[in-house]
This record gives sequence, C-alpha cells and structure tokens, in this order.
Amino acid sequence: MGLAATIFSGFLLAILAPFLHRLLRGKTGWVFALLPLAIAIYLAGFHREVRAGEALRAAYEWVPTLGIRLSFYLDGLSLLFALLISGIGALVLIYAGGYLHGHAQLGRFYSYILMFMASMLGVVLADNLLALFIFWELTSLSSYLLIGFNHEKEDSRSAALQALLITGGGGLALLAGIILLGSVGGSYEISALANADGVIREHPLYLPALLLFLLGAFTKSAQAPFHFWLPGAMAAPTPVSAYLHSATMVKAGVYLLARMNPILGGSAEWHYLVTLAGAATMLIGALLALPQTDLKRLLAYSTVSALGILVLLLGIGTAEAAKAAMVFLVVHSLYKGSLFMMAGAVDHETGTRDVQSLGGLVKIMPVTALAAGLAALSMTGFPPLLGFIGKELIYEAKLQAPTAAPLILGIGVIANIINVTVAAIVGIRPFVGDKRATPRKPHEAPLSLWLGPLTMAAAGLLLGLFPGLIANSLVSPAIQAIRAEEIVLKLKLWHGLNFVLLLSVFTVLAGIALFFARNFFRRLAGRAQGLSFLTPSVWYQKGLDGLMGFARAQTRLLQNGYLRYYLLTIFLATMLLVFFKLVLPPGWQSLEKFAVARYYEIGLGVAMLLAALVALFSRSRLTAAIALGVIGYGVAVIFVFYGAPDLAITQILIETLSVILFVLVVYHLPAFNRLSGSRSRLRDALVALLFGGMMSALVLKATNLQLHPTISGYFAENSLSLAHGRNVVNVILVDFRALDTLGEITVLAVAAVGVFALLKLKLK
Amino acid sequence: MTSTILRIASRYLTPVFLFFSLLILYRGHNAPGGGFIGGLLAAAALILYAMACGVDAARAKLRIDPRILVAAGLLTALLSGALALFSGNSFLTGRWVMLHLPFLGELPLGTPLLFDLGVYLVVIGITLIMLFALMEED
Amino acid sequence: MELLLAIVIGGLYAAAIYSLLRRSIVKLVIGLILLGHATNLLIFTAGGLTRARPPIVAEGALALTPPYADPLPQALILTAIVISFGVVAFTLVLVKRAYKTVGTEDLDDMRGTDR
Repeated sequence: MGLAATIFSGFLLAILAPFLHRLLRGKTGWVFALLPLAIAIYLAGFHREVRAGEALRAAYEWVPTLGIRLSFYLDGLSLLFALLISGIGALVLIYAGGYLHGHAQLGRFYSYILMFMASMLGVVLADNLLALFIFWELTSLSSYLLIGFNHEKEDSRSAALQALLITGGGGLALLAGIILLGSVGGSYEISALANADGVIREHPLYLPALLLFLLGAFTKSAQAPFHFWLPGAMAAPTPVSAYLHSATMVKAGVYLLARMNPILGGSAEWHYLVTLAGAATMLIGALLALPQTDLKRLLAYSTVSALGILVLLLGIGTAEAAKAAMVFLVVHSLYKGSLFMMAGAVDHETGTRDVQSLGGLVKIMPVTALAAGLAALSMTGFPPLLGFIGKELIYEAKLQAPTAAPLILGIGVIANIINVTVAAIVGIRPFVGDKRATPRKPHEAPLSLWLGPLTMAAAGLLLGLFPGLIANSLVSPAIQAIRAEEIVLKLKLWHGLNFVLLLSVFTVLAGIALFFARNFFRRLAGRAQGLSFLTPSVWYQKGLDGLMGFARAQTRLLQNGYLRYYLLTIFLATMLLVFFKLVLPPGWQSLEKFAVARYYEIGLGVAMLLAALVALFSRSRLTAAIALGVIGYGVAVIFVFYGAPDLAITQILIETLSVILFVLVVYHLPAFNRLSGSRSRLRDALVALLFGGMMSALVLKATNLQLHPTISGYFAENSLSLAHGRNVVNVILVDFRALDTLGEITVLAVAAVGVFALLKLKLK
Repeated sequence: MTSTILRIASRYLTPVFLFFSLLILYRGHNAPGGGFIGGLLAAAALILYAMACGVDAARAKLRIDPRILVAAGLLTALLSGALALFSGNSFLTGRWVMLHLPFLGELPLGTPLLFDLGVYLVVIGITLIMLFALMEED
Repeated sequence: MELLLAIVIGGLYAAAIYSLLRRSIVKLVIGLILLGHATNLLIFTAGGLTRARPPIVAEGALALTPPYADPLPQALILTAIVISFGVVAFTLVLVKRAYKTVGTEDLDDMRGTDR
C-alpha cells in the first residue's frame, strides 16, 4: 500500500498542481517539496528491513490476461535510487519556484515535474517489467514536455522531439526485449526472473533480448552514439537539467543495467558490449566537453562522460566495480545537481551562461560561490569530499578489471583529467579574477536558488568526512542487489600511500595544467568543425529529413484526392493478396461434384448479368433503377431456391424500398454523362474483369474448402431446446447472436439520424 | 402519384398490412418472419399509404414520430438484454416464462421476443425517417 | 449450380467495380448496391449450397435433422441486407445533398472542396 502511494501521490499532486499553484503562488515550491520529503523520510525508514534483505512488496492486478501486474518492491538498489529521486526532487521543486518565479506557466511546470518524479519512482520501484516499461516511457514523455517547456522557441521544440524520438525509440526496443525475456524466463516479475538466470543465459534468444535491453538503457543514459540528445536537452529550464538530465532520468539506463545484472549480466557479451559503450562514452563526453564555453553545455557533456563511467563500471562487473558505481552514482548526483543549479542561479542573476564573460562573482554571490566550489572540488575528486572516495574506488575497479585493464585505466585517466578541467571552468572560474560586464547587474541569489546547490554540495562534504553514514545503510544493500551476494563495505578517505592515490594526484595536477591550456584546445576544436559530418547528430538530422521527405512523397502519391485512385489501389492490393492465397495452397477439385444447374436457374443468371450490364451502360436513370431491381429480385429468387425463405422475404421487401428510395433521389440528379475518357474506361474494365474473375475462382475454391468445423451444428441442436424457437435463423439473430443484432440496429439508427440531419437541417 | 384507386385501396390495406406485420413478428421465432421482416412490411405499408395520400396523412395515421419508434425500439432491445442481469446472468441471456392461457394453451414468452419487438420498432422507425424525409423534399 | 453462381457473382463484382471507378457520383452508388448483392451471394454460396429444407425445426422434432440449409450464413446475410440498405440510403442522401451544394455530379470537381 505504502509503496504504491509513494508513486501515485506524485501523480495526484501533478494533476492538482496547476490549481494549487493559483492558491499558493510564490510558496508553491516550498509546499510541494513536502511531498518528496515525506516520501524520502518514509522510504528511508525501511533501511533496516532492506539491509536485512527483507524486500518490501506490494502488488495489484492490472491486466492479468497479459501478465501485467502493478507490482512493486523495495530493495537496496531501489531504495538508493528512490532516495536520490525524492531527496533531490524536494530541492528542485524549491529551486524551480525561485528560478521560474513569475513565469506564466509555472503551474504547468510543477505538474510536469511532479509527473516525472512519480514516473521515475515507478521505474525504480517496479517489480513487473511491463509496469517498469510504462513508467519508463512516462519519464521520456515528461522529459519531452519539460525540454519543450519554452515551446514558443523552435530550438526547444526540436530538442524535445529529438530526445523523445531517441529515448522513445530505445523504449520500444526495451519493450521488445522485455517481451522476449518474459517468454524466455516465463515471468515478467524481476524478482522471479532473478531466480531462473541459468536458463535465460543459455537460451538462444538471450542475445537478442540482451541487445534490445542495452539499446533501451543506452539511449536513455545517453551512451555513444546516442549521446547527442543530452546536450540538446539543455534547452529545458535549468531545474529540469539539474533534475532529469543529470541526477535522475539519465540514470534510469544505469538503473536498468544494475537491475538486470543478476538476470542478464555475467556473460561475455554483456561484459564486452557494456564496457565498450561505457568507455567510449566516457572519452567522447570528456573530449566534447573541453571546448565548450556555455556553462550548461559544459555540464551536459561532462554528464555524458560520467554516465559513461557508470556504464563502464557495470560492464566490468566485479564487486569492486559495483561498489565504485554505487558510490559514484551518489557522488555524481550530488555534485552535478549542485553545479547545474549553481549555473542556473548565475544565469538568473547575470543574464549569461558564457564562462568567458563571467568573473569575480565570489564577492557578489558568496553563498552560491561556496556551493559551486564545494561541488567542483567533489567533481575533481579532492579530499576530503565524497568525490575523492568515489574516484579512488573507480581507479581501483579499473585497475582490477578482468580484461584490458591498462587500456580502460588509461582512457579513464584522460577523461578524469578533462573532468578536473571542466570542474575548474564551471565551478571556480566564474567566481575568481576580475569582475566582468554582464547583461544583468548581479546580486546574491535568493534563498530558494542557493538552498538546493548548497545542501547537495554540503552533503558531498559531510559524506566525505563521515562515509559510514551511508556505507552500510544504503550503498552496500544496493551493491548486494546488483551482485546478489553479501557485501560489507568500508568507505574511508585514507587508503595509505598507494598507486591509486598517486594516480589521483596526477589527475588533479594534469587537470589544472589543462585548465590553463584550455584556450589552445578550444582553437583546435574550432578547426575540427569540418569533421562535423561524422557526428551522429548529423545522421539523426539526415534520417529525420529523409523520413519526412518519404512521408511527403508517399502522401502525394497515395492521398491524391481522387476517390477512384484510392479504390483502384485497394482493389489491386486485394487482388495481389488474394491471388497468392488462391493459387498457392491446394484445394482445387473437379467441377463434377457440383450440383447441375437447372435450365430456369441458368435463365435467371443470364438475366441478372444482362441487368448488370444495363445498369452500367444505360443513359436513363429509370432504366438503371429497373435493372437494379431485376438483380435484387433475382438474388431473392436464388435465396428461395436454396432454402432461405427469411432471406428471400427480406430481400424482396428491401429491394422494393430501395427502388423507391433510388427513384426519389435520382429523380433530382442530372442524366448520366460519360465523364471519363476511353483509355481509363478500358483500364477500369480490365481491373473489374480481373477482380470479377478472381472472385469467381474464390467462390469455387471456397465451396471446396472446409477450413474450420461449422458451428451451425450447435445452433441446429439447441435452437428449440434452449431458445424455444423453431426458426433457427431468427433464433440466431435474437438470441444466440443478439449482441451482433443490437449493434446492427444501433448502426441503422445512426444511419437514419445521418439521413435526417442531411435532409432536415438547413446548413449554411 | 396519387390515384383514387390507390388511395382507397391503401386506406383499407394499410391496417391489414400492419396487423399482418405484427403476426409475422410474433411467429418469426418458429417460422419465416421476425422483427426485420415484420418491420419492413409495416414500413412498406405506411410508405404505400404515404404515396397514395401524402406524407402528412401517413404521419397523422401513424400518430407517433418515427424517431420515437427508433428510440423506443433501441430501449426495448436494451431492456430485454438487461432483464437477464437481474437474475444474475450475463447481458442478453434469453429468459423465458410459460403462460398457461385458457383457450390458446401454453404460450411461451421470452426476452428474445421482446428483443425482436425492439428490432421491429427500430426497422419501422429508420425506414420511415429516411423515406418520409426524402418524400417531403419534393 | 455453384459454377453458374460463381459466374454470376464474378459478373456482379466486375460490374460493381467498374461502376465504383466512374467519375459520376450516381454510378458510385450503383456500384455500392451491386457490391452488396455480390457479397451477399458470395457468403451464401461459400457457406455451402443445398436445395434442402430451410433451417426450421419441423413440427414434433426437437432439433434440425439433416439435410438442412446452413442457418449461420443466412443470419449473417439477413443483417447484411438490412445494413447495406441503411448504407445505400445514407449514401444516396449524401450524394443528393452534395449535388445540391456543389452543383456537380463529377467527383473530380468535388475534389476541390476536400482541401
């Protein structure tokens, strides 16, 4: 009950948010922050049970026939993520109130971001994979709405669409993967699948399922080559960047990898693919970050790099790596969320985010500067901050990687050096040196804007000094969920003078050196502009343009506005499909089996065909009406011949009414004119004859085939005994299949309403 | 389109046809007939009357607006299905009662007959709505 | 007999389709009517033809005794006949209304109002 409430209370508040915002005005953020705070406290209360391995569960049937259950459970991994989501969520709600103060659509913004928070909690708490998928897609959707929040800007809209197409496409792959996994493992419950892993890894469908899962995780967590949507997503308001695109949503892919590790992990395929993607992303993100000058883009690319590190660690897959991943997850969320909020505060106060026009802000914005400095130090991995512990663990894990350890470590050192530089550019550079002219005259940011970054940065310091606060209560149960083994975690600042510490010192020194050489690399990057055709964002754009072009071309071709061409397309396509079904399977028999036609029957058939010709080619409307009547009565006579008196009577009555109807209407229409040329008449005649011939063949074949046993026997048996009726046709209509008939008379009533409206309402 | 003979004939024939249509409706469960055929027959009778004496006269003779017939028919059909719900069966399950009448003997009455009555009313209604509206256009 | 009916059905389909492909809107309605007839006969024939008794339980019997005509296609066709009457009626009135509004019976000239 409680677990579901933590998720659905968020959705409920999201619905009410715009209305409540009208009442609360400036206090909305503070009031709304109480919900995630309450959720965080409520969930944190379970840390003892979780640590003892008693996962908390709740389940509700949703679509039982498809195996979709709303089942939730809370273990160490879920708890760690859920606390990050709700804790940072509370700070972001407060921050957003200050950042978007006075924005006309602030109520809507709260609605979207609460919807995101609830969906994200759903992702990390769901036990059923299909439920997880639904929440997963809801996070993509709310991310789309939030990136496009400033929808009057073209940039925002296209960035939002790009993020949605990429994460949504990955989501579809994930769904396919889930269905494959469900069919292989026999359940959609993660907890059940985790107990049947041997079967899954040896199944021939393991590799396709793994690839699809990885596609979902990599698109969501912006792994190369899908990394480019994340910098684009910076078009969103800064609270969104801090929350979705650094601290939480982009970590959903990491969560998925960690969660699926006991089920899909441990194989060579997993190891190589995940390690490769992580290492490549780590390097690419760092290299692309270096030449940036926009605060948010710097942070975005360094986030890509950090996500790469997390994925890489999960790919390495050792206990050391899992440890490093979980600690770095906390580290990164704290410093990156803090730095993003700081960037927003600086932007809010000075009116610019360009690092080249910022300087000397420490005197004007001392609190913001303090937060930024602490966060930046954590990012560089400076003792005694939590970031230092994180980086030590990462180096340790890479050093012990089972394959290609030196290569991974080398790439990791390069990426970390650049990260140190980026930290300095973002967190230190704007606050020191000379003051520079900015579009707005800066002041210290208000409480709501510095509370979030300072809280998170201070947490980074506090946890660095006292890592025992989370080591065994939060982090080790999370590792246990990934590794499925008992782990005692000792986190400490000082490991003694060893190789890893030397690497850390080297990284920081090299990073500082690179900081002073940064302009050289910016010029270098400027010269490499010509290579931009190699980037995946260009391929994305080309692909999108191509798709739109194709859509336009096929619309011009197929939706040309001529009814007869639509019909022609349908007829030709039908013929093609029926042709294969008609010719290929056996079932042709000699025609001798058929009953011999009697002479008056032949006469009737000939008369009907002649009448059809008259109806087609007569210039007189009355003659056409009479010819149609002949065909209709002819059909009725056929019904009489073959034991269908009900049909015959109905046909005769309907035919009489139809002829009256036809005459009443056609009387007012002009005489038939020959409108089409002889070439199109010839073409149409050919299509018509081919189609007619095909239908004749179809009839002959159908009479010879009995694909399914007829259900008429049941009706014949039970008509009198169950339904008290001797006329089986009528009993079918009013009893056995009465629902069909009810639908039919409803359609008739609708048709009559349509006729009445067309004739009686005088439209202007 | 009006001729004296047709007018007089239709005046006497229409009630006969209408009575006949009800008979066909009832016996449709055991012999050719039923709601569709009965309804079409009744509608045809009234159309004949309208052609002979004019639509206004036919509407006056019918007294009820055909639109009400459609609504009543749909409601009757729905009600006949809903009756089964009261006895815990699913929608549209046929329920029967046997009436013991002094002269006619046993007369089975069931919700399918009520359903057929709904069909009958809807078919009369829609046919008349369409054709009356078209005839009034002239 | 099936052969004869197959030819009649094919002929009706051919006529229906030729008529549907014409530019005149009235021919379109004629095509629709013919298509309804052809399809009803198709279902009827494909369900199996028999000159046997109609599917009505004889007096004194408790169930249908073979040979009897298959009641299921008949029930399907009965509703199909009435539905196609409704569709044709609606289409006819629509055609009439369109002709009055647009002033042409040529579908190509009505195309402009679609945009």
